Amino acid sequence: MTALLDIKDLRSYYGQVQALHGIEFHLKEGSMTALLGTNGAGKTTTIRAICNMVRSTGTIQFEGKPLMGKSTESIVRLGIAHVPQGRGTFTTLTVEENLQLGAITRKDTKVIASDIEKMYSYFPKLKERHTQQAGTLSGGEQQMLAVARALMLRPRLMLLDEPSFGLAPLIVRDLFGIIGKINREDKVSILVVEQNAQLALEIADQAYVIETGRIVMSGSASDIVNNEDIQKSYLGH
Amino acid sequence: MSTVQETFATTKSPSTELPAGKSNALGRNLSLLILLVMLVVPLFVRNFVIFQITMVLIYGIAVLALNILTGGSGQFSLGQSAFYALGAYTSGILMEHLGVNYALTLPVAGMVCFAAGFLFGFPALRLSGIYLALATFALAVAMPQLLKLGIFEHWTGGVQGLVVTKPDAPFDLPISQDAWLYYFTLAVTLVIYITSIFLLKSRSGRAMMAIRDNEIAASAMGVDVSLYKTLAFGISAGITGIAGGLGAIAVQFVAPDSYTIQLAIALFLGMVVGGVGWLPGSFAGAAFIVFVPNLAEEISKGLSGAFFGVLLLVVIYLVPHGAKQVATFAESLIDKLRKT
Amino acid sequence: MELFINQVLAGISTGAIYACMALAVVMIYQAIDHLNFAQGEMAMFSTFIAWQMMQWGVPYWWAFILTIIVSFLGGILIERLLFKPLAKAPVLTNVAGFIALFAIINSVAGLIWDFTIKQFPSPFGSSPFLGSQLISTHQAGMIGVTVVLLIALFLFFRFTRVGLAMRAAATVPESARLVGINTSWMIALGWGMASAIGAIAGILVAPVVFLEPNMMGGVLIYGFAAAVLGGLSSPLGAVIGGFLVGIFENLAGTYIPGVGNELKLPIALALIITVLVVKPNGLMGHTVVKRV
Repeated sequence: MTALLDIKDLRSYYGQVQALHGIEFHLKEGSMTALLGTNGAGKTTTIRAICNMVRSTGTIQFEGKPLMGKSTESIVRLGIAHVPQGRGTFTTLTVEENLQLGAITRKDTKVIASDIEKMYSYFPKLKERHTQQAGTLSGGEQQMLAVARALMLRPRLMLLDEPSFGLAPLIVRDLFGIIGKINREDKVSILVVEQNAQLALEIADQAYVIETGRIVMSGSASDIVNNEDIQKSYLGH
Repeated sequence: MSTVQETFATTKSPSTELPAGKSNALGRNLSLLILLVMLVVPLFVRNFVIFQITMVLIYGIAVLALNILTGGSGQFSLGQSAFYALGAYTSGILMEHLGVNYALTLPVAGMVCFAAGFLFGFPALRLSGIYLALATFALAVAMPQLLKLGIFEHWTGGVQGLVVTKPDAPFDLPISQDAWLYYFTLAVTLVIYITSIFLLKSRSGRAMMAIRDNEIAASAMGVDVSLYKTLAFGISAGITGIAGGLGAIAVQFVAPDSYTIQLAIALFLGMVVGGVGWLPGSFAGAAFIVFVPNLAEEISKGLSGAFFGVLLLVVIYLVPHGAKQVATFAESLIDKLRKT
Repeated sequence: MELFINQVLAGISTGAIYACMALAVVMIYQAIDHLNFAQGEMAMFSTFIAWQMMQWGVPYWWAFILTIIVSFLGGILIERLLFKPLAKAPVLTNVAGFIALFAIINSVAGLIWDFTIKQFPSPFGSSPFLGSQLISTHQAGMIGVTVVLLIALFLFFRFTRVGLAMRAAATVPESARLVGINTSWMIALGWGMASAIGAIAGILVAPVVFLEPNMMGGVLIYGFAAAVLGGLSSPLGAVIGGFLVGIFENLAGTYIPGVGNELKLPIALALIITVLVVKPNGLMGHTVVKRV
């Protein structure tokens, strides 16, 4: 198995404050990997660092190509879609325009329309509202829109930042169901950051645990679920 | 989500903040040193230079007033020239028509402008950012025209303006009028500067800064947003009015076209060059707007505007945060030297 | 009543000037989130370029098109050279940068072309339009060009990928980067387009106000006012705002006693502010919900 994403000795800084202290992990092609940890552990920082949205040092390789020093937009153009925390909706644009923006860098303009239809089949709610301003959608719908917008890139890798944040449990189930399906059927590798460890471990095959800017544990999702420390600190058993 | 990121996100957003964790005054030793230099300077320079430094102090007060409004409460005004004009005319009219002593006209000018600013602050409450800039801009444009109106001509002197008598030094002090005016201005400046620093440190000052940083959060904490925003407008206008009064006395002349929008723009540039929200910087900024246009004029008469623009660009490229940035840098340098 | 209608008509024809300038203002505001105080001077400089070309014998429409191209590239160049380095500086520092640019352009234009007033030709002529003394063919042509420009902009932003990308970059820059948009170039493009539209405004205004380095001072202020009145985010709002400001100005001059030419501007501004106090986001602007 080749590593799609390979991260070594990643250190990130917010001003003078160091948030990551040498993170190392890799992500296999086609896998669904979860990045777990408490509030403030550095999960979000890690995936923001992948897209060069925080000042960092170390090496990050995507399909063997170094990402460090590339601009956010050129990293995205390599096929890395990032669903940011807070969803990053273009609130004043329509739902459909949001989806078109997801594909704005693609050259194959002819199939974009059919991809939009495909997103509507994943998320029928979005179709109902496709001419509405995206800011009028509910939180759950905006999260679906954010995922759909990311998929419009036809990414190799999708980075999901706390997709469950602020959503009702039922909606979260739905959303994670679809994310799992995208991973299996569309062969999109996924790195998901979650505070809700239980949920993430249900659909992930690999998992890493971050504490205060360091990876403290890694393994297959089933190993992590059964680990006693994890059960105590993250799963509440 | 990391907590680090949250705190980062909240501190970077307001562009008008004071340097983090740093007081908005200079250290005591440095302040005393500067004061000492200011006291002896008139002994060594020509009268015209004394006059120029007096103007730096006067514009410095006006820039400081804008700083209290923008740096303090986060409101932006292009209308400072209107309050400056109002103060200048108040002093001029009191002195020339009613024979009031020049020093006594200043508090009156301050109060008149405080009232005007406070009243203007009410409609301005509904506006923010660019809309407020436009409203204050309208005020600045209207003021010279209003001063020219026929109905006020008896008092204002219309387009001709008023000539103001230059005061002599009191108690037969053996110094020139310029030097006396300089010391008088310096004393007024000191009082205003120190009061302003205490004001910003006070409860009211903290309330204003809370509004600047996050209006909704401030109101949720129980800060009376309307009161403090209008108050900030009033205080800023009042201080500007005192500067205007001093300006009238120093220049010995008030006329509508001395107080156009260009003055408001100059004061704004002074604030940016000095560092938004940093009170001592007001005087550095004022020095810029007094001396740099002259410098540009000396480089080339025909292209003085272009050279002024270039010099301004050079300053904002080197130090986008103005003199505040220079001071912060110098301070960290001194700290490093001390440690080694 | 006839006086009223005549004044409204006259207002519409001056309003066309403001509308055109307001379009340029909205354009740049959308791209960079600031009002560019040097925009009027940039337009003035473009107009001088057109004038110079015509002096050299270039036909009107060729000079028109070439000037638009040169202005577009010039706008991009100014952004890349002067304002990209200030991207991370505070907003007010940027505004100071605009003022510096204003001073430089004004002064350089004065040096090259001096401050004497110059005649500028109109392609539409200046005979009465449809027999009305109040509106000339030039002013009618100006209204026509403004409307065409507005429609073109609407189509561009609504139906092209670049237009969509520019809107995205203006609304949420971070998300725009995350879909792969080079937001920095979108800003440069915004400058280029604003500069080109400003050039059109300048060329249209010049036959009315005459060409000289300070010709845009007043026009830009009205253009700002019109853009703000229209809500700053909407090209249509800017055009409507432009016409309204023109009408306000004329009616104030006619009906309010004691208002000479000099108080027209403050009164027009006061009216606009009154509107803004009632409707703080302008006539066509959308409300932005503020959160802590």
